[in-house]
Amino acid sequence: MEAIKEHKGLVLPLDRSNIDTDQIIPKQFLKRIERTGFGQYLFYNWRFDDDGNPQEDFALNQPQYQKSSILIAGENFGCGSSREHAPWALDDYGFKVIIAPSFADIFYNNALKNGIILIKMEEEQLNKWMLKAEESSFVLSVDLKNQQITDDTGNVIDFEIPEYHKEKLMNGWDDIALTLLQEDKITAYENLTSVN
Amino acid sequence: MGKPETIIEKIWNKHVVHQEAGKPDLLYIDQHLVHEVTSPQAFEGLRIANRKVRRPDLTYATMDHNVPTKDRHVIKDEISKKQMETLKKNCEDFGIKLADMFHPDQGIVHVIGPQLGLTQPGKTIVCGDSHTSTHGAFGALAFGIGTSEVEHVLATQTIWQEKPKTLNVKVEGNLGPGVTAKDLILAIIGKFGVRFGTGYVMEFTGEAIRKLSMEGRMTICNMSIEGGARAGLISPDQTTVDYLEGREYVPSGKEFEKVATEWLDLATDDGAEYDETVIIHADEIEPQVTWGTNPGMCVPIGGSTPIIADVDHKEDVKRALEYMGLAENQPITSIEIDHVFIGSCTNSRLSDLQKAASIIQGRKVKDGVKAIVVPGSFSVKLQAEKIGLDHVFTEAGFEWRESGCSMCLGMNDDIVPPGGRCASTSNRNFEGRQGNGARTHLVSPEMAAAAAIEGHFVDVRQFAGVPN
Ligand code: SF4
Repeated sequence: MEAIKEHKGLVLPLDRSNIDTDQIIPKQFLKRIERTGFGQYLFYNWRFDDDGNPQEDFALNQPQYQKSSILIAGENFGCGSSREHAPWALDDYGFKVIIAPSFADIFYNNALKNGIILIKMEEEQLNKWMLKAEESSFVLSVDLKNQQITDDTGNVIDFEIPEYHKEKLMNGWDDIALTLLQEDKITAYENLTSVN
Repeated sequence: MGKPETIIEKIWNKHVVHQEAGKPDLLYIDQHLVHEVTSPQAFEGLRIANRKVRRPDLTYATMDHNVPTKDRHVIKDEISKKQMETLKKNCEDFGIKLADMFHPDQGIVHVIGPQLGLTQPGKTIVCGDSHTSTHGAFGALAFGIGTSEVEHVLATQTIWQEKPKTLNVKVEGNLGPGVTAKDLILAIIGKFGVRFGTGYVMEFTGEAIRKLSMEGRMTICNMSIEGGARAGLISPDQTTVDYLEGREYVPSGKEFEKVATEWLDLATDDGAEYDETVIIHADEIEPQVTWGTNPGMCVPIGGSTPIIADVDHKEDVKRALEYMGLAENQPITSIEIDHVFIGSCTNSRLSDLQKAASIIQGRKVKDGVKAIVVPGSFSVKLQAEKIGLDHVFTEAGFEWRESGCSMCLGMNDDIVPPGGRCASTSNRNFEGRQGNGARTHLVSPEMAAAAAIEGHFVDVRQFAGVPN
């Protein structure tokens, strides 16, 4: 996983709550055995009609949101299926930061493992940004180290993130390598409980 | 005796391998279940890093999401085929037991775990699938994980987890006749919403839960994730012990007596405290039907779709009604369906099929309705055929299929066409879940069977009494 310390980017507003992972990446694209190449299928059923033509009313297809890399959405983002294809698709498309009032548990972990910064933000602030981004192109800068988001007028908003998650993102740590540092303890556990 | 504890704390504390302030705990995993869709990239990761599977003996794989339910030998889709071949190769290379498409133990991963007795009280169980919560019915701590976590568990047999908060979902009173476990869990999610369980492990308690069969308990725990909880469980009791006795991976004889006592001891202690408690009254629950695009959007069969002016999340409700092709304030019984799916890890076990068959017996599926039954496992299929259920279904006009996930998510050929409307015993009514543009209504097997016959939703409680 690549380390990420800060990110500045164009905001894509998706004012819907309970956006589930079936919407983020529909099942017909889960058959691939690779980790890459899912970006083209991101939000597929919202982005394209039955014949594969772009749906113009969907934000991701509108010119002002091309190259957006920060997604803001409604509560319970990423609910439903545990498919990691969802963060793979978001990451592959170019989204580095997702801001929402709340995230589903499994999605949160999956995104974190792929170096995507997830920020929980109270609705009042989020809605302000949502409106701005819906009106015209809108850029936010995320500073993970100092846990601050700066908007285009210089307004600075603090955010919370568990220290441990922050550390992992900023260092791009490989979880398995970290765990294997505890190898002795795992073996001791196995011997003690005779897991067999 | 120490402080009274919930089963959640008991299992958790027993499995902590490593603990450090400010970090999640490192938990040992007793059972890892694997399927074809969420595992290929995990095995690939192991290969790249030159790592082995630490405990192939605690890992078990099957093929379910992608398998054809007709003509097993013909997989038309090359990419699907490759995914299944990849799982086979991975299992061979890494020494993992696999119930492939033609194996007698094949089935939906959450159906075969319990069926084989791999699922046991007190175990920590993970699988790259959100409905792993199903196994909680046995008093196991079972939850879904992503592919990176699958790789992590394969390599280390452990997982980093924040200690969850505990939530007691207390079901008081008893379910009325014709009201099932499916109706209960839908009513719970309908009442408390699709994210009330986020950050929690739910324990279902109370009289109505105690009276449920293991199948009913699995239906309940299966859908805890639809209420936002990664895991849901039920303290083991004699029903749990009786179900497990004699199963393939369960010890027998003296050893069984010993483990059975340990299992019963896991139950939540009297006086244990939960971080949160919610209460629902079973007596008030009626058969449920979802009208919208998440499982919380449900009403009793006697009800109607919402009136937009009366609800909080107007935009969400409006969008859902539009997608579903329904009007505001439309009576549920007026909704006509053209597809019926009886299957999925929520409702595809033998007793589910028996209950649906009891409604269908001697009746016919309405003209224009395409109805399929997909048993949850090969073994369920065989047992059902032994008692003649396949005939009950096929004579009524249902198709009788091979086991798999099938129309629950439509990764194989079993899909609902755009604009089609399905009464489904599965667990997700998300947009496009059963096929692009498909409209899903979640119901119990009995309600799905009744809808198949009438061509629209009906109250199965009245229906069952009507002479054929
Ligand atoms: S039956 Fe449906 S919900 Fe269950 S494991 Fe299969 S796809 Fe997932």
